[in-house]
Amino acid sequence: MGSPIECTNLRKTYDGKIEAVRGLSLRIEAGECFGLLGPNGAGKTTTIEILEGVLAATSGEVRIFGHSWDENPRQLREWIGISLQETRLSEKLSVRETIELFASFYREPRPTAHVLEELQLTEKADSWVGKLSGGQKQRLAVATALVGNPRILFLDEPTTGLDPQSRRQLWDIVRAFQKKGGTVLLTTHYMDEAERLCDRLAIVDHGVIIAEGTPPDLIDRLGGHHVVEFETSGSQNGYGLDVWQKLPGVESVRHEDSAVCLNVREPHLTIPALLAAVNQQGQQLEHLSTRQASLEDVFVNLTGRHLRED
Amino acid sequence: MPTETTTPQTPEVQDRAPVPAAPARVNGRWTGYRQLLWVRLLELKREPEIVFWVFGFPLLLSLGLGIAFRNKPVDTTSVAVVAGNDAAKTMTMLRGSSGHSVIHAAVLEREAALKGFHFGKFDLVVEPNADGSYTYYYDPARPESVLSRAEIDAALQAAAGRKDILATSTQASSEPGSRYIDFLIPGLIGMSLMNSGMWGIGFSLVDMRQRKLMKRFVATPMRRSDFLLAVMSSRLVLMVIEVGLLLVFGMLVFHMPVAGSIMSVVVLGSIGAVAFGGVGLLTACRAQKVESVSGLINLVMMPMWIFSGVFFPYEHFPTMAQPFIKVLPLTALNDALRATILEGASLASQSGRLLVLVLWGGLSFLLALRWFRWT
Repeated sequence: MGSPIECTNLRKTYDGKIEAVRGLSLRIEAGECFGLLGPNGAGKTTTIEILEGVLAATSGEVRIFGHSWDENPRQLREWIGISLQETRLSEKLSVRETIELFASFYREPRPTAHVLEELQLTEKADSWVGKLSGGQKQRLAVATALVGNPRILFLDEPTTGLDPQSRRQLWDIVRAFQKKGGTVLLTTHYMDEAERLCDRLAIVDHGVIIAEGTPPDLIDRLGGHHVVEFETSGSQNGYGLDVWQKLPGVESVRHEDSAVCLNVREPHLTIPALLAAVNQQGQQLEHLSTRQASLEDVFVNLTGRHLRED
Repeated sequence: MPTETTTPQTPEVQDRAPVPAAPARVNGRWTGYRQLLWVRLLELKREPEIVFWVFGFPLLLSLGLGIAFRNKPVDTTSVAVVAGNDAAKTMTMLRGSSGHSVIHAAVLEREAALKGFHFGKFDLVVEPNADGSYTYYYDPARPESVLSRAEIDAALQAAAGRKDILATSTQASSEPGSRYIDFLIPGLIGMSLMNSGMWGIGFSLVDMRQRKLMKRFVATPMRRSDFLLAVMSSRLVLMVIEVGLLLVFGMLVFHMPVAGSIMSVVVLGSIGAVAFGGVGLLTACRAQKVESVSGLINLVMMPMWIFSGVFFPYEHFPTMAQPFIKVLPLTALNDALRATILEGASLASQSGRLLVLVLWGGLSFLLALRWFRWT
């Protein structure tokens, strides 16, 4: 039996000109939570919808447990559960009715009561979908994915627009599914979500994977585990970044608005040297902070842009 | 096309679910279909607007039109007599005539009389001239005006001493079955089947497509044919209610006789509902937005509202147009409904019209399936 999800050299061109996905290959192992991380428009949704068999690829191959979508699509659909990015479920059906409807499509669905319980929707079982909060609606969307007792769960931007508590609730649901042996593929543009939830990640930009690995691994590849961010008064850019690059322990340097960001392996060596350098140039240190490097830093280092431009 | 020859036909046998199976319930072949149909009916019941437009509106329309046309005394004519020396004499002559019960005459100044005539308040203006003759002002394009001239002329001539040489007698015929309301109700049933087929299927499918709900459905093992079948079946369920309501309403309120068998009417209704379901499906097969499908639906229905004889017989249109009018699905449905309900015609005698309906429904359905866009 093949791995749950595998694709090679996936391409998708819309209307013969817009290349949403440009040669993307992935292999996701059983029991893994895999994340596609990238900014809006990177091709994440196109990729996940091709893997879900909802969208046809222009070229490339997809295998779900070793089977292609042309072979036996109904059987593959029994194995997967999906939450699309923006499905508006019928507002005038109750939560229970909605789950029952989706349950009826599968050969051996789970009992509705179990799904309600697991997704913390029991209290809302008889409320109309239109009356639910954003977080409850999103949990219901995941409930419709889980009721078929799937082996793979596809989640497209599952927590976009949710409040922090609802996001954490959803993360717990994903972890519980994984704990039972399920495989998860999700897309997100939240780096904290990717970092906390995913075992492995692929960073996607302009339709290709630009980095792949476990979150610590990716951060490792950045060079430094720490980021030192500072701002100086009268900071003329004339000094350039190479001044800071030469400081001890600095792996890479970049501008971030008016501040300077240093990726640093050993902050206790870099910071004293930094203070001395600022003094020597007769500048004033306006602001100085250090933090752990994040996936955001990885992304910025790779692309020169932020994940979220807003 | 499977490239690996080792792939078994039913791969699930060899795969053990990594997720521990919960106490299983096993769904049968038709569970999905039944649930889709049930949910559609539930949703409909919870949309008061839809219930009104599908069931209430045709009833109100038939009530309004039925009353409006029933209460209009068939043969009365309103005339204005221009004030002057002979006005009083003219009034006496009219009152004394044999047709006085259907003549409403009033004396007015010339200007007021003509104004009333132009606004349709009077069918005719009668002006007594100084030499004892009369001038009639009438509109040859208005049937009631033409009638009125003949009526008044006959009354005045008789009062002036003309003798009728030929003896005639008349008999009024406004038996149930031949009145306007009897013509109207089968037409309204047809129109209602068209409206709800087009809106109920066309609009709701595009709405589901726009909400990405259809995409979500096809991402499950749901059979696409089940989905379309459920949509069509829900139309049939509603059809029985729609047709039943209008028929019962017509029978109770307007004492409309139903000459044909109820079974024939139901069969006709089903064929009509499915035909318009097919047309609705075709109209909605590509549209991505409800706004664009609304325009399309109106475009498709407009010619049939006008030409298919819902409110008045289509024989009024030029002979040249008749063959085109007769192949419209609503024309075929209305004609067949009228023949069955009013004349008791058998279904077999309506086979030509049924064929028109079946062709419209069948061809649209096939084309729709070919072009249908799920996402």
